[in-house]
Amino acid sequence: MKIRIKFLKQGSMKFIGHLDMMRYFQKVMRRADVKIRYSEGFSPHQIMSFAAPLGVGITSNGEYLDIEVTETESSAVMTNRLNQVMVDEIRVLSYKKLEDSSKNAMSIVAAADYTLTFRERYKPEDLDGFFEKLRGFYDQNQILIVKKTKKGQKDMDLKPLIYDLARKGDAVFMKVSTGSTDNIKPELVMESFYEGQGWEYPGFTFQIQREEVYGRDGAEGRLIPLEQYGEDIE
Amino acid sequence: MRKLALPDEILLSIQQPARYIGGEVNMCVKDPKDVAIRFAMCFPDVYEIGMSHLGIQILYDMFNRREDTYCERVYSPWTDLDKIMREHKIPLFALESQDPIKDFDFLGITLQYEMCYTNVLQILDLSRIPLHSSERGEDDPVVIGGGPCAYNPEPLAEFFDLFYIGEGETVYDRLLDVYLDNKKQGKSRFEFLKKAAGIPGIYVPAFYDVTYKEDGTIKTFLPNNLCAPEKVTKELVVTLDDAPYIEKPLVPFLKVTQDRVVLEIQRGCIRGCRFCQAGNVYRPLREHGLDYLKHYAKKLIETTGHDEISLSSLSSSDYTYLPELVNYLIDECSAKGVNISLPSLRIDAFSLDVMSKVQDVKKSSLTFAPEAGSQRLRDVINKGLTEEVILKGAAMAFHGGWNRVKLYFMLGLPTEQREDMEGIALLSEKIAETYYDEIPKDQRHGKVQIVASSSFFVPKPFTPFQWAKMCTKEEFLERAYIVKNKFREMKNFKSLKYNWHEADVTVLEGVLARGDRRVCAVVEAAYNNGALFDSWSEYFDNSLWMRAFESCGIAPDFYTVRERGLDEIFPWDFIDAGVSKEFLKREWLLAMKEEVTPNCRQRCSGCGARGFGGGVCYEDKN
Repeated sequence: MKIRIKFLKQGSMKFIGHLDMMRYFQKVMRRADVKIRYSEGFSPHQIMSFAAPLGVGITSNGEYLDIEVTETESSAVMTNRLNQVMVDEIRVLSYKKLEDSSKNAMSIVAAADYTLTFRERYKPEDLDGFFEKLRGFYDQNQILIVKKTKKGQKDMDLKPLIYDLARKGDAVFMKVSTGSTDNIKPELVMESFYEGQGWEYPGFTFQIQREEVYGRDGAEGRLIPLEQYGEDIE
Repeated sequence: MRKLALPDEILLSIQQPARYIGGEVNMCVKDPKDVAIRFAMCFPDVYEIGMSHLGIQILYDMFNRREDTYCERVYSPWTDLDKIMREHKIPLFALESQDPIKDFDFLGITLQYEMCYTNVLQILDLSRIPLHSSERGEDDPVVIGGGPCAYNPEPLAEFFDLFYIGEGETVYDRLLDVYLDNKKQGKSRFEFLKKAAGIPGIYVPAFYDVTYKEDGTIKTFLPNNLCAPEKVTKELVVTLDDAPYIEKPLVPFLKVTQDRVVLEIQRGCIRGCRFCQAGNVYRPLREHGLDYLKHYAKKLIETTGHDEISLSSLSSSDYTYLPELVNYLIDECSAKGVNISLPSLRIDAFSLDVMSKVQDVKKSSLTFAPEAGSQRLRDVINKGLTEEVILKGAAMAFHGGWNRVKLYFMLGLPTEQREDMEGIALLSEKIAETYYDEIPKDQRHGKVQIVASSSFFVPKPFTPFQWAKMCTKEEFLERAYIVKNKFREMKNFKSLKYNWHEADVTVLEGVLARGDRRVCAVVEAAYNNGALFDSWSEYFDNSLWMRAFESCGIAPDFYTVRERGLDEIFPWDFIDAGVSKEFLKREWLLAMKEEVTPNCRQRCSGCGARGFGGGVCYEDKN
């Protein structure tokens, strides 16, 4: 049976890298006595995959991992059981059953939401002016950047990959293309904006938080939060 | 969000920020305002090493059971953060509360190997605690040392307020009670140290004076305070099952060196290898009961979620209930996808059978520790492993599908001759020949691979070899080349590999292992010259130490290559480690006669440890 787990990663846990998060959840499964399936072979490993790795330093309210289990209790019981063996700053938000034919989260990731909050000393004095310029940046028909690749440099248009870019209180909100092709990091968008203004982009300007990760509905091309692919287990 | 001592800008610009944030699973959380004693427990090396240490986990758990005490952890900041902390004047902090170490009542530092001594000074320095005990004031933490190197604490005597000699489970409670009582009465630090000196196992270096003879050896080593005993007797848990074990070990986020459940099955060793300090100072052998271990194995797997469990002891094969324990683990673990690792097993039919059940034979290798290349020298060191046993074990293993063998040796052992050195190559060759003789061509899984490694021998306090002369760096390397050249002559040369350890660092280890108080100045000078993380070969810089010896006017040779007289007073003689000096002397003389001593279960050799009233000394004698 396929299960999708949504969790948050907050506070000091932003310093835990992706590989360590994977190891963390492997141990969580054992502590919570989740009946997870193991691969065959001499050194079996748990069937577990993460939707989209989160960079060190970024917090999140919407992380996902898929597992396969041989049996399970209800979503409410399992969520509670997992949270009892987790650290405070990593919490399971939902535990849902997927159709057996579902593709894993990693392969369907299409977009993600981010909130970028100014670290105090980097906050512009004229916030309204800042967001006005950001608006102008997003209203361009094309946002050309030079992306460094393994083979060298490549010109690229960011515009079609930014699905939303707006002000949210004193913070920047964006919805950008995510996944194995056209993976856009929020820093890349902001760097391009700052450069376009002729400003320097200091490394620690924003505390970035991922809010949600989406897949794309086949027929209409609508973005759907990954947890909506699953059903609660009663 | 949990408070962090370091800002994002720093944490995101250094390697492995997770080393410094705490917050691990099973971390103890208390409000510092609610406790009377704050204890910072330190392993003076990088997080991944320190977090792998079982002893600290046991003490952490034990201290935190006290409602009036909050025990937190601190490790050496890695070189990148060390530099930043000095530049930005950030004081060293504990992982749990992220508060400065300077605000604590105690700083306990475990001393597991000599090459961490400059890191001890780093910890004090970054914490802004005066390096010298004599310079500390009422507001500074009381600095305590413990662990195996505390069996000769003298090269660090000036930097510690007190040392705890022996196993930590026994008198720490008393020490903390005395501290609280002293504090409540508004008495001074000095008063506390006086009271502490009266507790068994506690050594307060400031209460002892040392005088030296003209030849540099010790003339007298005597208490200068009425509160301090002439002899400090090591502390020991008589009945292991009575001592608390950990219920919920910390589970780090980072992949640490010992990323598994560690189950201590026994303490001490019956074997009596004459070079081995652990085998002597942890006497007598004491075993845990089978039910105790079954209970904790299950519990610890549940509370940690680790995917591996390892048995810890000096010689697992000597554990009385090993087959029962291992079978239980195999049943318990296989269902949960937990691996079992069994270090320090003698190779025989039983262990090969077990290993074939718990590991992938094709990927694993067999380990023998003959320690010396010839039977003569193995008799000198009392390593009861014969060539016949090794070859028989290897043959059995080859039939079982193994074709990789690791061999551990030491070079520079007392009485070592060319034949003993060459014996390393000859024994390796014989093992290779055993493979080709025993296994028909069509059944071989490729070539046999034999890797022989030698470390250089360092004489340690409280061993029969404490009188021994150590080799110079040049002698060590010369011996390694003799072995290497002999390997070249072997018929199966291509199946054999030979490695040896670095010589510089071994010589230094020799100085620190048997050093006296005068060596404190050298450690401090080396630290001031920039020595740090000396146990890491990429950071070890011998020249910093050589300059330190020179500037302090101290000759390393005095501590290493000098042959010690049988009546010499050693810097560690004030400690009663259980094994008597008479016994060690007897063993040293037997070694020179190439005579072996039977193990504790065969016959009691009267080492003195029987006086503790428990363990193997009283087996079958109820």
